[in-house]
Amino acid sequence: MSPADVSTLAASAAYQTSTGEAVQFWVLGVVAVIGALCTILMRKAVHSALCLAGTMIVLAVFYLANGAYFLGIVQIVVYTGAIMMLFLFVVMLVGVSAADSLQETLKGQRWLAALCGVGFGVLLIAGIANASLRSWNGLGHANANGNPQGLAALIFTKYVFAFELTGALLITAAVGAMVLTHRERVERAKTQREQSQERVRKGVQLPPLPAPGVYARHNAVDVAGLLPDGTPSDLTVMQTLKGRGQIRDVSQEAIADLKALEQRSESRLGRERGEGTGAGAAGREDREGRETTEGATR
Amino acid sequence: MNPVYYLYLASLLFTIGAAGVLIRRNAIVVFMCVELMLNACNLAFVAFSRLHGNLDGQIIAFFTMVVAAAEVVVGLAIIVSMFRARHSASVDDASLMKL
Repeated sequence: MSPADVSTLAASAAYQTSTGEAVQFWVLGVVAVIGALCTILMRKAVHSALCLAGTMIVLAVFYLANGAYFLGIVQIVVYTGAIMMLFLFVVMLVGVSAADSLQETLKGQRWLAALCGVGFGVLLIAGIANASLRSWNGLGHANANGNPQGLAALIFTKYVFAFELTGALLITAAVGAMVLTHRERVERAKTQREQSQERVRKGVQLPPLPAPGVYARHNAVDVAGLLPDGTPSDLTVMQTLKGRGQIRDVSQEAIADLKALEQRSESRLGRERGEGTGAGAAGREDREGRETTEGATR
Repeated sequence: MNPVYYLYLASLLFTIGAAGVLIRRNAIVVFMCVELMLNACNLAFVAFSRLHGNLDGQIIAFFTMVVAAAEVVVGLAIIVSMFRARHSASVDDASLMKL
């Protein structure tokens, strides 16, 4: 290869990226824009957060493609790993089902906002298109000793004061978050004695509440225990589950099972009786097995 | 393809984030849109760093990330305490400095 070829190659490399990067840009760019649009269009905050996480991962790939290897990894670790999880945590804390109301408080605010957004975008993009940015220097020279090494050399020399200030900022933020979410106890906590006395004075439920139902096929806390007459008891299940309507009522199931059992034993006993064994009809509710063995032995 | 296209993408994402801040009223989603705008700025910084051939843009993006992390911590703490006081995360309800 002649030196002229090398120089033309180098020159073309300074004007065009590789085809692979172009394909990656167009595919992942679409994904990023769709993720961003979903972030602002999804009604539930959880869906917004997940879409935003997707956009951030795509941006991390773009950082890697742009030679910012350290930032690409930090983007994944800090943004999608820490910040988005913090967001999800707060969404869960605030209430996962809280959807935005669609009712407008200011008339036409949404359309005006969208118009403002479009105008702003047109302005930005037109500004960039106007600037003549046809040639560019890649990061080959700056990244020659490795990207993190280059960044470190800059951070600890030219930007060292900004770096120190960053530490102060992080500590302030941590203290601020603690102060903001800290709740002072206004009244004294009740002692165990006071609680027990109060309970006796109220006289509603002195012993501990009965346990939920334990059955052969259901033994979870959402299954109410049955009273002697077969109706579910409200005391045995958590009030929260009851409020959400997540209680499983097995009383009808149990009664139906009992009925089926009785019917089966009836039919079997009837057949046995037809053969003239004359097995006793006493206690035939749920002792089918014993009855039939008795019938068989006679 | 020219790396300038990354700038176009960054401005598009920034625009979407800004529109989201104006449109949405759930404080958490508004906050996510702010994050989206910060990320778009970071992408622009990284693309500029490549265009100029030095690492200063990446340093600025790095500091932006640190500041964004601190901002998220404080902002989410504010949202949580606001939610405790008003039982709502809507920015429409937060019209007074105190209850």
